[in-house]
Amino acid sequence: MIYRESGQFKTSYRADSQVFPILQDRIGFAVILFVALLVIPLFASEYWINAILIPFLIFSLAAMGLNFLTGYAGQLSLGSAAFMAVGAYAAYNFQLRVEGIPFLVSFVLGGCCAALVGVLFGLPSLRIKGFYLAVATLAAQFFVVWCLTKFPWFSNNSSSGVISAQNLVMFGFTFNTPETKYLLVLAIVILMSVLGKNLVRSATGRSWMAVRDMDVAAEVIGFHLMKTKLLAFAVSSFYCGLAGVLYAYCYLGAVEPDGFSLELSFKILFMVIIGGVGSILGNYLGAAFILLLPIFLDIAMPFISGILHLPISNSVVSHIQVMVFGWLIIFFLIIEPHGLTRLWGIAKEKLRLWPFPH
Amino acid sequence: MKTNQIALTTGLMKTKSLTLSLVLGLGVFLGVNSAQADDQFISIPSYRVGPYGQNGQAFYGGFVDYLNKINIAQNGINGVKLAWEECETEYNNAKGVECYERLKGKSGVSKGTAIHTMSTGISYSVLDKSQADKVPLIMMGYGRTDAVDGSVFPYAFPLVTTYQMQASAIVKFLVEKNGGSLANKKIVYLYHDSAYGKEPIVALEAESKINRFKLVEIPVAHPGNEQGAQWLKIREENPDYVIFWGWGVMNQTALKAAQKVGFSREKIIGSWWAGSEEDVMPAGDAAKGYMSATWNVSGKSVPVIAEIEKVVYDAGKGNLSDKNKVGTILYNRGVSAAVVTVEAIKLAQNKFGKGKVMTGEQMRWAFENLNITNQSLNALGATGLLPEIKTSCENHEGSGKVKIQQWDGTKWNLVSDWIEGNKALIHPLFKASASEYAKEKNITPTCLKN
Repeated sequence: MIYRESGQFKTSYRADSQVFPILQDRIGFAVILFVALLVIPLFASEYWINAILIPFLIFSLAAMGLNFLTGYAGQLSLGSAAFMAVGAYAAYNFQLRVEGIPFLVSFVLGGCCAALVGVLFGLPSLRIKGFYLAVATLAAQFFVVWCLTKFPWFSNNSSSGVISAQNLVMFGFTFNTPETKYLLVLAIVILMSVLGKNLVRSATGRSWMAVRDMDVAAEVIGFHLMKTKLLAFAVSSFYCGLAGVLYAYCYLGAVEPDGFSLELSFKILFMVIIGGVGSILGNYLGAAFILLLPIFLDIAMPFISGILHLPISNSVVSHIQVMVFGWLIIFFLIIEPHGLTRLWGIAKEKLRLWPFPH
Repeated sequence: MKTNQIALTTGLMKTKSLTLSLVLGLGVFLGVNSAQADDQFISIPSYRVGPYGQNGQAFYGGFVDYLNKINIAQNGINGVKLAWEECETEYNNAKGVECYERLKGKSGVSKGTAIHTMSTGISYSVLDKSQADKVPLIMMGYGRTDAVDGSVFPYAFPLVTTYQMQASAIVKFLVEKNGGSLANKKIVYLYHDSAYGKEPIVALEAESKINRFKLVEIPVAHPGNEQGAQWLKIREENPDYVIFWGWGVMNQTALKAAQKVGFSREKIIGSWWAGSEEDVMPAGDAAKGYMSATWNVSGKSVPVIAEIEKVVYDAGKGNLSDKNKVGTILYNRGVSAAVVTVEAIKLAQNKFGKGKVMTGEQMRWAFENLNITNQSLNALGATGLLPEIKTSCENHEGSGKVKIQQWDGTKWNLVSDWIEGNKALIHPLFKASASEYAKEKNITPTCLKN
């Protein structure tokens, strides 16, 4: 009942095709934006901003990138972390080597470099599909990390291969507090989400989905396969690259090639799978699940064992945490294989009827 | 319709219970209680699981045991009890950052007192943050190594030794062993292909020019559990010595591979990350005769270790479930790190007020003005446990000394006294690297007074 759209009439095509067709959604979204933009920077603790919200936003962005490629265009990729690395290192080098370049420009250029590398490693997708393509993108994962380790130029000859992100100054303003960094990340993520959402609703997104559902049919009805697939790789890598830049500049502050490991790629892939393949909302849900749950378990377990007076040591907590995390993933995939987004969809359906069952 | 409805209802129930548990959990989440105000809170981002969990258990076990000993036997420092909390990092950078932030929220005025991450990667990730939060980041024996220059890195302390100084000390040991010259000798540098393994290269190259030995660098990709090709190459090269910068599973693999190709283990000298019981025991016989550098000695003959066993373990408050680890290299290393931390707290209290909780800034001053002599170590019962440390703004390392130890199949035996690396050669390298960093980050190098 509370979630019913009856009485909300669309009188124009514009109104009919808006992102949130239901009034309640619009209100909900406005509330979320209000909280994210005003309440959190004013009231959230440093721990929440630095250790939870910033990585959450960054990984949502990275997951969105992968979701374009895997969820919308149907190309499986295991190279997301590598594209993040390209973005981070490229932005660092632009900032370092080009005198007076604005940060935003080097951020975008970092994303563009990642897009270029993405297209390069996307070329095999024209010939191979499915798991074989996943293996080809795996090559990107190893090659990029190897390359950044092998050639000291990329890390400005740092003996350790670690790069330290420069101080973030934009428009004469220094982003050095958690709140300002958070707002910067948030602004970029909102912008990219709006762009992304509209991209998948446009002809481009439909062409990706056509290719995903059946590439031969898509080709027959006139989609250029090469263009479509490579565009998906480019856009996806751009998003991942940008996430990598933010990861280096707004989250960790110092990154090394080994940090962008296969493990990170898997993490992003799991976010997409758990959150919901082929949805924008799913990226946020997936990132929240994968990032927050372990932290939550980590904090809650000693607390619970304290209440129950169980002699649980730190290392046991870590082991149990991994197990519980695994169980929960399996649990969620069993009750809803289409991810948390679908769960949210079901909840919406229910709310529509509530409190009447029919 | 009916089944659909059931599915939906159960779905909703699940959602409900999920929401409930989430709400409950959030309460736990937000209810981060901070430490008691009159305790000196120490943040311990430790690792006891994951690929290096074995090493972490021994190190952090020793660290916590010593803190416990101070609380039990001396009732804290001038009446200020030590409090601490661990957070599992699993040696993962992102988790390390999360732990750092989480512990910071609980630490009150101390801001964590002194952060020992035992990980180069995590140290790099929290370097800027610790500087902003004004809490010392202690990297005993690892890096960021150019933080030796305290004018650029006021809050970072690579205490005791760094990879570069250690490599230089190993070369010095070999020079002495060979009657004062390594001319025309050949040394292979076999290393973990990561930040850790690459840092000493610049030092070894400089040493090879001075001592006129030929240096051959051979990298091993992480994790290093397959080194057949590398050791074939080493046999081809037939070097006089192998300097070995291994890590984790790579160490035992190397020793076994050396035995296989018939390369004498007595000619292999490892870094301190490659010189613990956890590294040699799995290699069994293959490890006999292998040497490694270390910045602390092993064994229970050090009085303070014996005392911990008595005071802490007999009271049933020991941190390790496996008591056999007491007295191992890494355990004693954890104790050494705790000794230095506690001495710094004492020093800070002497200057800023006895019986008070020290802030991160006060601790920084203490770490920059440490003067731990053999005399003071004797007084602590830590005779010969670690080298003397005297720090200053120009020298956050404070010692640069290591000993060389040899594995006899059951325990480590010392084969040298404290050897100092070639400071005149290595420290300018740090200085140059630090000033490069300062330029990148727009920092004007200054020595902080307080």
